[in-house]
Amino acid sequence: MNTTQKTIGVLALQGDFEAHKRVFEGLGWKTEEVRTKRDLDSVDALVIPGGESTTLGKLLARIGLDTEITQRANEGMPLFGTCAGMIMLAKRIQDRPEQPSLQLMDITVARNAFGRQVESFETDIPFRLGGDSETIVHGVFIRAPYVVETGKGVEILSLFHDKIVAVRQGNRLAIAFHPELTNDSRVHAYFAKMVESGSITGDCSPLP
Amino acid sequence: MSESPAEKSTWRTKVGLAEMLKGGVIMDVVTAEQAAIAEEAGAVAVMALERVPSDIRKQGGVARMTDPKLIKEIMAISSIPVMAKCRIGHFVEAQILESLGVDFVDESEVLTPADEENHVNKHTFNIPFVCGCRDLGEALRRIGEGAAMIRTKGEAGTGNVVEAVRHMRTLMREIRRIQSMREDELMVAAKEHRAPYNLILEVHRTGRLPVPNFSAGGIATPADAALMMQLGAEAVFVGSGIFKSSDPKRFAHAIVNAVAHYKDPACLAEYSTGLGDAMASLDVRKLDDNDRMADRGW
Repeated sequence: MNTTQKTIGVLALQGDFEAHKRVFEGLGWKTEEVRTKRDLDSVDALVIPGGESTTLGKLLARIGLDTEITQRANEGMPLFGTCAGMIMLAKRIQDRPEQPSLQLMDITVARNAFGRQVESFETDIPFRLGGDSETIVHGVFIRAPYVVETGKGVEILSLFHDKIVAVRQGNRLAIAFHPELTNDSRVHAYFAKMVESGSITGDCSPLP
Repeated sequence: MSESPAEKSTWRTKVGLAEMLKGGVIMDVVTAEQAAIAEEAGAVAVMALERVPSDIRKQGGVARMTDPKLIKEIMAISSIPVMAKCRIGHFVEAQILESLGVDFVDESEVLTPADEENHVNKHTFNIPFVCGCRDLGEALRRIGEGAAMIRTKGEAGTGNVVEAVRHMRTLMREIRRIQSMREDELMVAAKEHRAPYNLILEVHRTGRLPVPNFSAGGIATPADAALMMQLGAEAVFVGSGIFKSSDPKRFAHAIVNAVAHYKDPACLAEYSTGLGDAMASLDVRKLDDNDRMADRGW
């Protein structure tokens, strides 16, 4: 339950942003759709939803929201990306160096890494929701990416068949699957806790 | 670490892909070059076709599934999802599209129907399907058959948004009506709409379709796209509207922006400025009954 007055923003240019809003609102949080710089100014954290990463990258750049998000992130605003959101947060996109992203986490991701839609799947996977013990969460993977390389200070939270599917760097969280499409809100609660504490934990200095 | 087996092609992964396309523009393309232009403009997916609907109208004859050669070329160049159309009821065309690995099949009234009684049983496929509708009953019958996404039909290839508006308004009005009814009235409502009772119950409970609800058929400008979004569409399909305009790159770019910022008139004014000519258009009232694609589907 949200005991602060903070608002979680959900980037609403494209993708399944409504699903994320529903989960956070179910947890008692105030949410706001973010489409402009003014919207961004009114939120304390930002979720980048699932969607198409090429579309999101272009739309962000067209209105200059990419630099605004980067600036807020460097001032300490917590970020949470799922699927396309993970790609948007990655510093490097395998085989697609020209594709725009926010480059806010020291990871390399591979897009559509499990294959096309016929290969999309769901499964139970272990997830480190705080501490060293693992919890089982349900992962819905849709044309999903995974992380092929992590830099210093990146904590691996979940593996599926030895592929990295959830990472955290300071107060930035990136997940290859879609907890927002299940009835399980524990991953969102995990991020909400990061927002609540407001503290910048771990190695979260701005990337070079 | 213990690991559970992965379950592929579940209802949740099918509807999930439709969820990911929300707020986006799905563009008809007839060549790999057009697919590249669409992706560069920010399309969330492309529909691989041999002919756009306006050319299907002009040329007449039986319109069928696209040559797999072209679909493969478009899949090879695209990093975004690729859709393709099969004829209504032509489950073998659907099987072929599935074997190619397309990401979504559109069982579409734009092609000539192969079956005038039955649609494809979409539950038996591993890939998701989108189907057209003109009203709530048609939408729920298609969802009952396994469609993971619905699009209102509009009248494809006309460049005239009037039918898209009619179908979206009808659908949204009927959803609101079902939502406001007493539960003991819903069986008769299901009978009137010729819709599965369990799906009528779900609409009553949630006030929305059980799957994402997109708009298609006649969208030709950024303002048209934003109109459909404000009427309740969650994303739009643009067929002839882009590559039959005078400047496809600009139209594609502008319509993508318009859907992302569909509630902001100042942005929409900017996206509508100096675009050039929209596609050649048709008066829907002057179409022969045989030429009305929206009437196909049962």
